[in-house]
Amino acid sequence: MPLITAANDGRRMVVAAADRAALALGIRPAMPLAHARAMVPGLTVVDADPEGDAAALARLSARSLRYSPLTASDPPDGVWIDITGCAHLHGGEAALLADLLERLGHGGTHARAAVADTPGAAHAVARFVPEPAAVIAPGAHQAATAPLPTAALRLPAETVGALRRLGFERIVQLAETARGPLVRRFGQQVALRLDQASGRVFEPIQPVVPDDVLAHRLSFIEPLLTAEAFGTVIDELLNTVCGRLEAIGQGARRLDLLFERIDGSIQAIRIGTAAPSRHTPHLARLLKERLETVDPGLGVEAMQLRVSLAETQAFRQAAGLVDGDRPETSIAALVDRIENRLGPGSVWRAAAVESDVPERSVAAVRAIGDAPATSWPLTLPRPVRLLDPPQPVEAIALLPDQPPVAFTWRRKRHRIRRADGPERVHGEWWRRSAEMAAVRDYFAVEDEDGCRFWLFRRGDGADAATGDRRWFLHGLF
Amino acid sequence: MQPAAHIAVLAALRAELARLERRNTAGFREKVVSFGDAAVDAALPAGGLALGALHELAGTGGQVEHGTAAALLAAGLLAQVRGEVLWVLEQADIHPPALAAVGLTPERVVYVRARKSQTVLLVMEEGLRHRGLAGVVAEFSGALGLTASRRLQLAAEQSGVTAFLLRRSRCFDNPMLLEPSAAVTRWRVATVPSGPPLPHARETPGLGRPRWRLDLIRCRGGEAHSWIVEAFDATGRCHLVADLADRPAAAEPRRAVA
Repeated sequence: MPLITAANDGRRMVVAAADRAALALGIRPAMPLAHARAMVPGLTVVDADPEGDAAALARLSARSLRYSPLTASDPPDGVWIDITGCAHLHGGEAALLADLLERLGHGGTHARAAVADTPGAAHAVARFVPEPAAVIAPGAHQAATAPLPTAALRLPAETVGALRRLGFERIVQLAETARGPLVRRFGQQVALRLDQASGRVFEPIQPVVPDDVLAHRLSFIEPLLTAEAFGTVIDELLNTVCGRLEAIGQGARRLDLLFERIDGSIQAIRIGTAAPSRHTPHLARLLKERLETVDPGLGVEAMQLRVSLAETQAFRQAAGLVDGDRPETSIAALVDRIENRLGPGSVWRAAAVESDVPERSVAAVRAIGDAPATSWPLTLPRPVRLLDPPQPVEAIALLPDQPPVAFTWRRKRHRIRRADGPERVHGEWWRRSAEMAAVRDYFAVEDEDGCRFWLFRRGDGADAATGDRRWFLHGLF
Repeated sequence: MQPAAHIAVLAALRAELARLERRNTAGFREKVVSFGDAAVDAALPAGGLALGALHELAGTGGQVEHGTAAALLAAGLLAQVRGEVLWVLEQADIHPPALAAVGLTPERVVYVRARKSQTVLLVMEEGLRHRGLAGVVAEFSGALGLTASRRLQLAAEQSGVTAFLLRRSRCFDNPMLLEPSAAVTRWRVATVPSGPPLPHARETPGLGRPRWRLDLIRCRGGEAHSWIVEAFDATGRCHLVADLADRPAAAEPRRAVA
């Protein structure tokens, strides 16, 4: 059953919004309600609820904080997400959009999304380009918005209508026209929207702060510029925030520090911790190490610290008998410092995986957390260095199961003195059908200098379906 | 001067030197880790490899690129020390099951991938300043320099964390590896031809226990030495090779009787 919402526009009831079924029947927003009722007899009409819509939009922008610390609602139907410096955390811009749309889809929201250099361009592309998730390459936003209709510039309907009467259909026509007459005829707004879309005028967004996020903001009488001053403020902010975290028994896993500059833009640094922490010196050190990435511009007038991710942290007795329990000596603090300096994914622990294929027998797991209890079988010889991918070598060997007599790797010939093997490893057919019959025969060999190598032959040496009998060097002992 | 006065002066000088070299400041020097072989341990002034100090390891010849024996040596020694190990890598080609085989189990090792060689030293120093680690192993392919090695050595001394700097190089005989450094000991470790798997049946096919040539090329307060040892087993112990594989034992020196 088609569904529309109706609102009073001052003179009469008009359609405020229509669902997909209603749109298919020809009902459009801003159409008189009586007209719509006449077109579709069994229409379900609900009173529009602008406050409810705004609240829902605010909730949506708060949910989008998982992608970036800076999100804002863009009434009536949009959400801004400033993903500057955040896209790589989600595997790139395209992956971020795909993830965003998928999550919204699970929640029953039909959405379109776009990434562009400026908010204006992203706004236009999201609404007027047929792709549901468009990524505009850096610098390409002007070319991308040029062919779009003038309505994409966030102009009032009467301005768009007046432009059309003058023959302006597309943004490119507006951009190529002399500014003076345009401003005299339509006021500053057209020129401003054009500049915002092209990036000539910076457009700040007012980020939302969800209610359940622990945050503390300090504003200053004089704008701050120096790293020392920021450091003092960081200590002050952390003291307050860590006290509040302690009161609710939680520790921070992710902190966002926002610098509100006097030109209205916002700089942000984000740190993550491997284990929940409310240890002020540790968190302060992590934040201060990232201070050099902040550009204070003409000055910072306020700073805000937000705990964007917190987890339960057990209380611990302050002074124990064992030194190792102090937070500064726990390895989590060290992991945090290294990981925040080198980037995510640079610190890991190895965990055993139950797989006979050597390159799959090791998994990188989080450095802090529960490690799987399994270990590798220690009776099988395993090399210290595993070459990835295995390097092809020229080898001479008797078929089917003799170790090679000699092999050539990097143009150096190694004569084999002693050898052990074969150790047969079968393909894991449950992963890929190509591994159905695949076999590797591994040999540990020692050359005349005493160097030990781990070679394998693809195939069992008899049946061609198991492999092509080529030799590879997979590791060094 | 009386002999007793001599002894007193000497003792005072020794104490002064020890203070200058920060030897006994925190008592770290007494802590050592054993190679498991009395001959190797006896050659080191502390009676074993000193903990809380910088040790430099490298392969020899073609093995300097991968440094496999050197990595196993560091792993086997650190396996005997309590605590966690930070392993700093430039390229992630380490295969943890091999380290587990010399006793360094995976739950004790935290790996760090530092893509640039200067970052390796930064991370290593960060780890060395963190009390409570058993040790830091860093695989490093750049030029070290005396200042950088001095920083690492001081950090290790202050925290008591043992540092192994595993020098790697793509060049065959890189002169960079011989430049002076502040490391307490410097080792060259390489695998050499191993003995038969069964000593009494030389023709049995198969691989015996690997053998290493351990060259102690520099040692503060000790002398350079060279040994051929059987590689670490699961407990991280090596021992001197009794018979030299495929080579006749050196002839007994003839007793000259006058």
